[in-house]
Amino acid sequence: MAEYVHDTGGPLFHIGRYMLMVKRSFSNPERASMLWKEILRQMSNIGVGSLVIIILISFFIGAVSAVQFAYNLSGSMVPMYFVGYVVKESMILELAPTISCLILAGKVGSNLASELGTMRLTEQIDALEIMGVNTFSYLIGPKLIAALTMVPLLVIISAATGIGGGMLAGSFTGYVSISDYTQGILMNFVQKNIFIMLTKAAVFGFVLTSISCYQGFYAHGSAIEIGKASTRAVVLSCIMVLFADLILAWLLLN
Amino acid sequence: MIEVKDLGKKFGSQQVLEDVSTIFETGKNNLIIGKSGSGKTVLLKCIVGLLSPTVGHVFFDGKDYVAMNIDQKNEIRRELGMLFQGGALFDSLTVEQNVRFPLDMFTKMSASEKLDRVNEVLKRVNLVNANHKFPSQLSGGMQKRTGIARAIVMNPKYLFCDEPNSGLDPQTSIVIDELIMEITEEYQITTITNTHDMNSVITNGDKIIFLHQGKKHWEGTKETLFMAENKELIDFIFASDFLKEARDVRLNKLKAKQSKQ
Repeated sequence: MAEYVHDTGGPLFHIGRYMLMVKRSFSNPERASMLWKEILRQMSNIGVGSLVIIILISFFIGAVSAVQFAYNLSGSMVPMYFVGYVVKESMILELAPTISCLILAGKVGSNLASELGTMRLTEQIDALEIMGVNTFSYLIGPKLIAALTMVPLLVIISAATGIGGGMLAGSFTGYVSISDYTQGILMNFVQKNIFIMLTKAAVFGFVLTSISCYQGFYAHGSAIEIGKASTRAVVLSCIMVLFADLILAWLLLN
Repeated sequence: MIEVKDLGKKFGSQQVLEDVSTIFETGKNNLIIGKSGSGKTVLLKCIVGLLSPTVGHVFFDGKDYVAMNIDQKNEIRRELGMLFQGGALFDSLTVEQNVRFPLDMFTKMSASEKLDRVNEVLKRVNLVNANHKFPSQLSGGMQKRTGIARAIVMNPKYLFCDEPNSGLDPQTSIVIDELIMEITEEYQITTITNTHDMNSVITNGDKIIFLHQGKKHWEGTKETLFMAENKELIDFIFASDFLKEARDVRLNKLKAKQSKQ
């Protein structure tokens, strides 16, 4: 209800309201076909819309990691195929899920917060509520579902691109040959690491989307508040993604 | 019919509405008027359920809306339409999709039935050949018409209009007012309009509620408005010298008519 918008409170108030928002977002929709249409639209926004930036950044992260690690190994007794192994492990375990989600927090998070904030300020959310539409399940639910499915896919693409970027950079700079790098990639493959990567991706995707939706949905005041809500969405999402990263690393790697 | 009983609303320690009671009648254009900050929008939002009143009741045809659970409220909400101040049209949807939205969400009509109904209401609000335009491509008047079309597409029993003339030129304002009046009479719905527009008040107020500092200060009709003694109301309605003179002329005419009788 619009009334919540006018209320302000401490951290406990926001945590409680956030929990209720998440719960209501997964409640029964009025019309499943409308929900499905909205999920597809959000999958396109979040997934397809972020593909280029994820590929570009992951490529360079993988490339820089390979060059820097090869530089550190040069002159040492460690064989060069370790470059491939280290880039693979770091991309899968940390860089692909975490860096991708920090990028998504900036791109998708600000977009979601400003979209919902604008809808709130221009009374579009009120209009939906007047019609009797469950605004949580219609507006927020599809975004959460889309993030839960698309962010892991983006992270898989990110990891693959980063590893590929490392291979090209290593070969191009002459530090490590493609065959050595491939040997490193194939060395000591741990299936659990893929599971950890996908778990991180899903959790981070959920965290950044829900926090951004929360900031936008409860924006109030003038147009300047949309900018503030958008900034809060990005900053909080980044902090919570890193916090979740720490918790997951502790839980999953122990 | 909508009845408001002892309605009050507080935001923190600030009392925004206090002890408002009235009846909004069916088939009439009921106006809520008052200065900015007098509580008009809060009253309207309390009636439609966007805000929960701190005290008091709102009855829709005898049913206590405040005491209802969310599912029961949603049942009532399917019977009400609302025209928002800024139109509140969905940016990403065309005019046709905006008007069709409630039909898509709540009815099992076929695609052709929905299209027929959408075209019917768009024709009713004199908005033709705009089906595929987006809200950003429409003028203020066209946005209001689209808002009205969306509000009436489900055949509502109750219509709420929040400052329907804001941002419109006087001529377009009159067109929108007439449209609201015609729809109210034609469909015999209970219309509640929140307005600042003096022309609307003087020509369309079947019933007028005047709010001042969150309290109901006066209640009457466009006919009794000129004879009202309430100082705040007179200062509000007849704010300019021109309107004060117009009131004096009208009052003199009324007095002359009464003395003849």
